[in-house]
Amino acid sequence: MQIFLPIADIPVNIFLVLAMGLAVGFISGTFGIGGGFLMTPFLIFIGVQPAVAVASVTTHVAASSFSGAVAYWRRNAIDMTLALTLLAGGIFGSAGGVALFTWLRAVDQLDLAIGLSYVTLLGIVGLLMVGEGARAIVRTYQGKPPVLRRPGSHAWFLGLPLKLRFKRSKIYASAIPVLAIGFIIGFLGAVMGIGGGFLLVPLLIYLLRVPTATVIGTSMVLTFLTMVSATVLHAATNHLVDAVLALILMVGGVVGAQFGARAGQRIRSEWLRLLLGLLVLAVGSRFAFQLVLRPEDLYSIRIIEGGP
Amino acid sequence: MNIALMAALLFAALLAGFRPAAAAERLVASLTNHRVMITSNYTGVELVLFGTVESDGASPMRSGPFDIVATVTGPRESLRMRRKTRVLGIWVNTQAHTFVDPPSYLAVVSSRPLDSIAGAETQRRLQLGIADMPLPELINNDIGEVANDPFRAALVRLMRERGLYNEEPNGVTFLTPTLFRAAIALPASVPTGNYSVDVKLFAEGNMIARTDSAFQIVKVGFEQFVVEAAREHGLLYGFATALMAVATGWIASVAFRRD
Repeated sequence: MQIFLPIADIPVNIFLVLAMGLAVGFISGTFGIGGGFLMTPFLIFIGVQPAVAVASVTTHVAASSFSGAVAYWRRNAIDMTLALTLLAGGIFGSAGGVALFTWLRAVDQLDLAIGLSYVTLLGIVGLLMVGEGARAIVRTYQGKPPVLRRPGSHAWFLGLPLKLRFKRSKIYASAIPVLAIGFIIGFLGAVMGIGGGFLLVPLLIYLLRVPTATVIGTSMVLTFLTMVSATVLHAATNHLVDAVLALILMVGGVVGAQFGARAGQRIRSEWLRLLLGLLVLAVGSRFAFQLVLRPEDLYSIRIIEGGP
Repeated sequence: MNIALMAALLFAALLAGFRPAAAAERLVASLTNHRVMITSNYTGVELVLFGTVESDGASPMRSGPFDIVATVTGPRESLRMRRKTRVLGIWVNTQAHTFVDPPSYLAVVSSRPLDSIAGAETQRRLQLGIADMPLPELINNDIGEVANDPFRAALVRLMRERGLYNEEPNGVTFLTPTLFRAAIALPASVPTGNYSVDVKLFAEGNMIARTDSAFQIVKVGFEQFVVEAAREHGLLYGFATALMAVATGWIASVAFRRD
């Protein structure tokens, strides 16, 4: 059944979009990520303008991360102090990212910047995750007990001034690295059109040593807050949020996320990290091929809103 | 020979030369629909242009054969054509040309291939085909045409691939020697706005009559409501969408609650 999207200005098959929402929702529920880094490329692939895709995906990610956050809230698995400190850094990061986004678009290098940052980030994060997950799996097979808290958990940057106590996560650390991580996530999120969950979760685990019990719930709260503000911002400034598209995506997304969350609880965490790492690597290499292979068409069109 | 006689001869020659162009025929044309409504199940539409050639009543009408060329032009929107080249192993947009207000939709529908209807000079003068359509570019704060521009060729090619630029050399059918109909295909991706239709009547390689028509592509109903809300009340629309996201997330977490 075809439905016309009012802002994206194209007709799409409603069941195709619903299925995409379900699939991405399942993955986001399983791994505790927003899924923007999968959904945005999917939408562009079916013909939605990149700008509309990015803006509408923020709304979809807001809905799926909210339903996830509610579930973690009931289990008391959220560190609100940590989430709000991250958000404080994230707001400034987003502002910087939006400014860079606008400038890159004006000089016709936005696609290149998005491609390069996807390749670099997804490549590094994916490799780290796969390596770490594989080592953990090997350890389990050899019958060694899993390392719960790795040695050297007192990195120098945790000892910086402005110490804060994050009770739920049982860490006492400087606010500076937390704000910095929030800033990086906000910045990259605005430039790449992603919620940043797949980056935030490993950063929190490896740099801040946040225990796995609170890391996903906290990451979902941050994702929800940044994506809600991004939705309002995109709607108010660029008028690019397609509410019809977002609604179809989020209906599929929240349902998929519920099943994904249940699947995620059944899979051992080291396997989860390995699988997510492979997924991240796959998306990263797709962007790498796009940059290196000769494009089908060397020419492309960009419509200039409001004249040259 | 005096000047008066020369002038008279010249006038007579001019009159004789221009006689075929002096309108003895009139062209009447109309569209089946002047408003194309985009609703939630819109997937493109075909408009029909129909018309007839009639005598203007003053002089006898020629018997034909006649040819019709109809040009449909959509709303104009500036755009940038970028070209990628290989830099350090990756493909980067290195060159770009800005086109000033090219039509976002352009269809040239005719009863025969343009080359059989009129000579190259006439085609150029009347801007008949897509190749003769002016597509001005921005060159160092100046606006002008660039001869043999590969960027212009790429623009036309990409627009053709999207079904937005189109030449239909057999799109006009004469039902009788004077009655014709033409189909104008509007794909789903056409932009909303005002479209103009310019219809030209040809005989013996010359344009002998011309008329125009217009239509509008508009969004109606729910689509129109959403677009207006998004454009006019962006902040409110943003809050409403955010609220919708929260509600959907909440409903899902309640519906699937199992603890």
